[in-house]
Amino acid sequence: MQLDQLPLNSTARISRVDWARLGETEAHRLRCLGFDPGVEVEPLHRGWFLFRDPLAVRVGRMTVAIRALHAAAVEVEPA
Amino acid sequence: MTSIPLVALVGNPNAGKSALFNALTGARQKTGNYPGVTVERHSGRFALDDGRPVELVDLPGTYSLHPTSPDEAVTRDVVLGRQAGERRPDALVIVVDAANLDNHLRFAIELIALGLPCLVALNMVDLATRDGLTLDAGKLAAALGVPVVETVAVRRRGLDELRALVSDAIHTVPTPAGSLPQMDPLALRARARAAAREAVVAERSVRKTTRMIDSVVLHPVIGPIILFATLFVMFQLVYSAAEGPVDMIEGWIGMLTDWVRAVMPDSLLRSALIDGVIAGVGAVVVFLPQILVLFAFILFLEMSGYMVRAAFIMDRLMASVGLSGRAFIPLLSSFACAVPGIMATRTIEDPRDRLTTILIAPLMTCSARLPVYAVIIGAFIPDAKVGPGLGLQGLVLFGLYMAGIAGAMLAAFVLRKTVVKGEGLGFMMELPKYQMPNLKDIALGLWQRAAAFLRRAGTIIAATTVVLWALLSFPQVPAGSTHSQIDYSIAGRIAGGLEVVVKPIGFSRDMALALIPAMAAREVAVSALATTYAVDARDEAATEQGLRERLRAGWTIPMALAFLAWFVFAPQCISTIAVVRRETNGWKWPAIMVGYLFALAYVAAGATYWLSTFLGL
Repeated sequence: MQLDQLPLNSTARISRVDWARLGETEAHRLRCLGFDPGVEVEPLHRGWFLFRDPLAVRVGRMTVAIRALHAAAVEVEPA
Repeated sequence: MTSIPLVALVGNPNAGKSALFNALTGARQKTGNYPGVTVERHSGRFALDDGRPVELVDLPGTYSLHPTSPDEAVTRDVVLGRQAGERRPDALVIVVDAANLDNHLRFAIELIALGLPCLVALNMVDLATRDGLTLDAGKLAAALGVPVVETVAVRRRGLDELRALVSDAIHTVPTPAGSLPQMDPLALRARARAAAREAVVAERSVRKTTRMIDSVVLHPVIGPIILFATLFVMFQLVYSAAEGPVDMIEGWIGMLTDWVRAVMPDSLLRSALIDGVIAGVGAVVVFLPQILVLFAFILFLEMSGYMVRAAFIMDRLMASVGLSGRAFIPLLSSFACAVPGIMATRTIEDPRDRLTTILIAPLMTCSARLPVYAVIIGAFIPDAKVGPGLGLQGLVLFGLYMAGIAGAMLAAFVLRKTVVKGEGLGFMMELPKYQMPNLKDIALGLWQRAAAFLRRAGTIIAATTVVLWALLSFPQVPAGSTHSQIDYSIAGRIAGGLEVVVKPIGFSRDMALALIPAMAAREVAVSALATTYAVDARDEAATEQGLRERLRAGWTIPMALAFLAWFVFAPQCISTIAVVRRETNGWKWPAIMVGYLFALAYVAAGATYWLSTFLGL
């Protein structure tokens, strides 16, 4: 399952990140923000009612804003 | 050569570095620039317990020693001792967020490996406790191999211990160094996580304040409404809360004018002082209370953590014109002044996003426009209530802000399709925990901004108004001539030429005249009008007749509205143009910006004038 498909308020673990789908800077930033395999993630909020983008995701103990487009590169396994 | 030890504050963004910097240095701060790059250097001094001074430099927040932006490159180069214009620090204070050790310790471990004497400030321990974490600073120190001190910078806690540790650190002789430690990123992350596990004694789930607030503030429907309401209240407050102080300052300026008139004989010098300096600078300084209210609001939103949520809400909207929510923060700062706003675009990594943001930043209604808007609105828009707590004047002001935003969105859309084409980077940002800002930090920020504003009023604005006064006063109209002093003066003759250009959009000669010195800074338009009408008056009574009455007598409503529309768009600010040139390294982009903004201003003012004339206003 991809992170952007994960329902709100459900936890999962990152199984794999498809770095190739991201640009170099995007991938670097994503790593800096703690998106690593094994880390627990939980989508908390989504943007405006029409677009539902971007997402606010809890990554470990941190909350990060990310666009659905990039969240789609993160593979998760629901806990 | 200086023998004062240099200590650098380093850490991830959102670790609370700036609050710690404020807490340690107080008001003893200096802001400069690193040579050759457009990155600000913040430094200050504080005294150790034995009285020795220490210079503290606040380095840009960074995630790692592998930079993705010019700011981050400065941080890396300073700690490696490679940065021009900076000594290698004698010690590092590594600031980490106590509630976010997994992430922040990665950078800390990288920094420790550099071999400089360092210590870790385990900051925001209060929020970590609120979050259900119990930490052991001693265990963390053992895991990292460097001293660790618990701090709450915003509440000024743990500072004595921190100073004592700094004192110890600068005693130690640093290893001569300067090379990047080579670390496997995966191993680094594993080490960070292991160290974090050591430090965390207990972890229990408690009521999550931030999550609860976010579920309202980031709600897909309620969130945007809250944001919109916040901005609306902000603009209404700018008007109503500042009213008393504005009247007070106006009173002082009147008293000063009377005093000068009483103690000085009638002369050209007295005229220069009263009609030039006092009228000009006074007309601008009067708006200081409004500017302070606006800045206080922005500072509060930033320090509380709400500003990033605003960026989150705005991201989708910004994406529709090819920008990201990241651009929202520089753009919101531009509501105070485009210069710091444009400088804040340095945090946008994507060069195209950044350029577009720079080009549209001048369309955000800066505080320099407020004086112009306030005078014109005060003179032409009736002080009527259109609803409970809702004034017509405030509503018009809100409309002008909205016009600027709409113009900026349109401009961004067009720019992204034409001169700044290409894919953007997107939007990735940490949403920090909410916290109550320290009033001292807000006061410090306000003081720095007020000082900058007054410096501007005291130098550039005073100088331009005196020059304008001279242009308006010479050559002096011969006694018995039928010409008025304005018509006869140099400025009157220049404006006569400019009038031909702006006549089709409904501008009178007096308005054209105000546009010339307003190139220095928009608010000068107000002082220019004040000067113009003061000089034009042939008797004392007319001089004392307020500027508003003079405007009301001389301008029609369509003219006033066209003037407002002009100021929504026109790039009337030399400092902004200069800062765009510096940020983009050349004249190409400032030229494009000035060109498109003047064109927009001309079309908007013309459309406003003819439409309102047609509607019979």
